[in-house]
Amino acid sequence: MIYRRFYGFPNWENRSPFTELERIRRQMERQFEGWPYQRQTPGVFPLINLTETKDSFFIRAELPGMSSADLDMQATSNSVSVSGERKIPAENKEAKYHRREREAGKFSRVVGLPSEIDPDRVEANMVNGILTVVVPKAQAAKPRQISVR
Amino acid sequence: MADSKEIKVKEKQELTTKAEQTVPGPTFTPEVDIFETERAITLLADIPGVKPDKMNIDLRDNILTIIGDIDPVEGAEEEDVVIEYETGRFYRQFTLSEVIDQNKIDAKLADGVLRLNLPKVEKATPRKIAIKAG
Repeated sequence: MIYRRFYGFPNWENRSPFTELERIRRQMERQFEGWPYQRQTPGVFPLINLTETKDSFFIRAELPGMSSADLDMQATSNSVSVSGERKIPAENKEAKYHRREREAGKFSRVVGLPSEIDPDRVEANMVNGILTVVVPKAQAAKPRQISVR
Repeated sequence: MADSKEIKVKEKQELTTKAEQTVPGPTFTPEVDIFETERAITLLADIPGVKPDKMNIDLRDNILTIIGDIDPVEGAEEEDVVIEYETGRFYRQFTLSEVIDQNKIDAKLADGVLRLNLPKVEKATPRKIAIKAG
């Protein structure tokens, strides 16, 4: 299902130069003051990316080492909350660490959505450590084609 | 450890020296755990979004290089609303002090975590040295 969405989409290598410009702009704005889209970085794990199409919102988060069983998700008419615990299983007792950068712990986050959604049809999946939540917009919030006579 | 702590949010670490990079787009440093036992060195790296066939592991002259490329996950018709993290290639290099048995390296990638097992060659495993009183 994910593959179908990839189909026909340009590769990482041949992204348009504007995508790169857009990224640099975001980076610079972050350096100075807040975000163009949001007032500030949320300070809550996990970081999310929110995108939208005409029909749905897409919430994505990087949660490496977690499976869908470790997550608890809830949806209301205008928000989706994700909580869970990232566990890093203990290794061999005699293991001596050179580096330990990966972090374990609990988290919970609410993502408010800019328009009303249909909480009954929210779907989520985890692929390669990336959580994707597909959030259909409520019928009333979808743009409608208006015919001009 | 009855009550585990909360995860603090961290910005993804972007690689700053890009002289050797040939691909456009950002490059990130994955977070790793490295530990050693008498027989092997194990490396765990968080590389969310990398598929097994896009993972590149190279070991030569005791320098271990891991490169993971990602495919864009966003559909063409999606428009950005809030972007809190960027995605791109994962890249990191390590110098290993121990001699590794290259034929026995074993790598697994599951749920966005790479687990690399690097067994030491026989002669590098420590031996007990008997000290004679004298």
